[in-house]
Amino acid sequence: MRPPPPDASVIARLHAAWKKAAQTANLAIGVPDYENYVRHRRAVHPDEPVMSYEAFFRERQDARYGSAANPRCC
Amino acid sequence: MNTLLSRALWLALSIFGAACLATVALRRGETINAMWLIAAAGSVFVIGYRFYSRYIADVALQIDPKRATPAVLRNDGLDYVPTDRTVLFGHHFAAIAGAGPLVGPVLAAQMGYLPGTLWILVGVVFAGAVQDYVVLFLSTRRDARGMGEMIKSELGPVAGVVAMAGILAITIMLIAVLALIVVKALAESPWGLFTVAATIPIALFMGVYSRYLRPGKIGEVSVIGVLLLIASVIVGGHVAADPAWAAAFTHDGVTLTWMLIAYGFAASVLPVWLLLAPRDYLSTFMKIGTIAVLAVAILIAAPELKMPAVTPFIDGSGPVWAGPLFPFLFITIACGAVSGFHAMVSSGTTPKMLANEAHARPIGYGSMLMEAAVAIMALTAACILEPGVYFAMNSPAAAIGNTAESAAAAIAEWGFVVTPELLTQTAKDIGETTILSRAGGAPTLAVGMAMILHQVVPSVASMAFWYHYAILFEALFILTTIDAGTRIGRFMIQDFIGSLYAPMKNTRSWVANAVATTLCVAGWGWFLMQGVTDPLGGINTLWPLFGIANQMLAGIALIFATVVLIKMKRERYAWITAVPMTWLLICTLYAGMLKVFSANPRIGFLAHADKFSAAIARGEVLAPAKSMAQMSRVVLNDRIDATLALLFMSVVVIVFVLAVRTAIASLRSRLPTAAEAPYVAVKDAPAAA
Repeated sequence: MRPPPPDASVIARLHAAWKKAAQTANLAIGVPDYENYVRHRRAVHPDEPVMSYEAFFRERQDARYGSAANPRCC
Repeated sequence: MNTLLSRALWLALSIFGAACLATVALRRGETINAMWLIAAAGSVFVIGYRFYSRYIADVALQIDPKRATPAVLRNDGLDYVPTDRTVLFGHHFAAIAGAGPLVGPVLAAQMGYLPGTLWILVGVVFAGAVQDYVVLFLSTRRDARGMGEMIKSELGPVAGVVAMAGILAITIMLIAVLALIVVKALAESPWGLFTVAATIPIALFMGVYSRYLRPGKIGEVSVIGVLLLIASVIVGGHVAADPAWAAAFTHDGVTLTWMLIAYGFAASVLPVWLLLAPRDYLSTFMKIGTIAVLAVAILIAAPELKMPAVTPFIDGSGPVWAGPLFPFLFITIACGAVSGFHAMVSSGTTPKMLANEAHARPIGYGSMLMEAAVAIMALTAACILEPGVYFAMNSPAAAIGNTAESAAAAIAEWGFVVTPELLTQTAKDIGETTILSRAGGAPTLAVGMAMILHQVVPSVASMAFWYHYAILFEALFILTTIDAGTRIGRFMIQDFIGSLYAPMKNTRSWVANAVATTLCVAGWGWFLMQGVTDPLGGINTLWPLFGIANQMLAGIALIFATVVLIKMKRERYAWITAVPMTWLLICTLYAGMLKVFSANPRIGFLAHADKFSAAIARGEVLAPAKSMAQMSRVVLNDRIDATLALLFMSVVVIVFVLAVRTAIASLRSRLPTAAEAPYVAVKDAPAAA
């Protein structure tokens, strides 16, 4: 997410680019970033449970197809 | 110094773009290279984005980067997530891009490449991208609410209900016309049908894999899925070559229609993880990947455009679809220039993830420019074909007969030279028995894509492989629209009936689910069957209805945007949405009037119905109908289509009248009356939910 510092090595840059591409691909099919979700839950609701990746994935899948609120175009 | 340099560069780009555009527009009598068109389009997009969208952002909307967005205020890590703008751009583009921008421009190519190109370029900069951007912005300022709800709160409950009913009707029409394209592409094509049918077991396998074997590992299962898809294209070639297998996968349009109806029903009621979701993954990745590959291939191949700039068919006599350039070109190319459905996407999930108001410009305006680029690519792919081949593929059998010889003769009369040998050779090259009357745009685009890809990498695969790969790519994401659309239609129907009879609202009830799904499938299935059995090819009738519906939805979205600008006391800038709104209302209402009332039976539904009912009264059977029963069905179809067109028109007129009333009231008010969510500065935003 954050741009790498200027002295970051090429490998780190490639890694960041790959991560961003993977995030884009996941979001394109309705799955937001899991690490970000975990970070958010830990920071804002430290005493509440956090879904496992499997549960998170299922929850997002049901949300994407579970209502009319997510139209796709022609 | 820097600004001087940048000004000089922008000036140079403008001159370059104008020169390319002039070449595209003015060169006559000789073929031109597609690069002129691509370069002209690219310059227009860049200049439109840099200047016009920035003007809209800074002056009209007055974007406030310090204002917290719903994603920030309600951050829950799930629905509301402040998202990197590049990542969100990908999401938004994947949601708006579909078959529309690929098919419309191909159909519009019957008038030559110039009319379609100009409408895409002007339309996207001043209408399509503006709509997507402004709606995204307005939804972001309204807690990321959907189009229906926003219309209700800004224009009143009546407008809200009317708009929602219109949206449902349009969804059903959209599914029907897209399904028709798939049927047209797969009828009598064992290779095509096998590969597309193979996507069902592949999706089921992926569903089980990502649910139980390796839960949530979408990346790896998608790679496996895409490899299996490519394998299925190769196997399909062998299936088509084997007489027994080929017979098993050769079906006519009516049989395919019933298959699709059964599929749509099943996919909509089955658990989503099993079929719907994995198919969605496949189609999303294939779509983006193939579009990228095609873009690169066009740049490398730099093909010549064989279609003339303008054909004689601008007078409305064309065989692909009936009606003169104005107003019908502007409803034939819907997506790619301006598409009402995008207003639904722009007020759906995207505003819930917008990290900052300032990102709405690249995501809303930028994604739509990218979709216009896809439309230009589709237009290019159709126009590199020999015009004779294009017309042979897209004209109904009623116009060109059933043999290569009759087709070549009919097309020669229209002034395009083509030999029967070229038609049969092209069919052979792409591994099909015939290319005649394969209406609907998808096969034409597939031939164009196959020619380009085969030219760029001749040794990798045959034309036939690329053709069927392209068919698979189109059919796959159309089928995803059909099943996801059926599900969305089902929810809308449940919502509607649920407001009259509460138990129908329960989306978990099996009975409610089955009833609503049946209604939705029956709705689009009826229009699909009408299109498939229509001797004039169906596209002729249904595509204009779809185009009118989609552009009217855009009209409604722009009406809404204009009223909100007035309510915000920015009436000075309301022209930004009011001008495209006016244009769309003129085109759609005029086209709708012609479709219903034109005295020309080729265009007007009622005139066509009268012609057939007069023949019934005389006891005559008119071609292309073959029996009295068919005759009566033609009449019934025409009357239902006319009713539907009138329904669409009344929806838009009612919304417009209510909007004028609201606008006058807000002009009289001295204070802004728009219903925005309260202002919260980014620095004061709570840590969120």
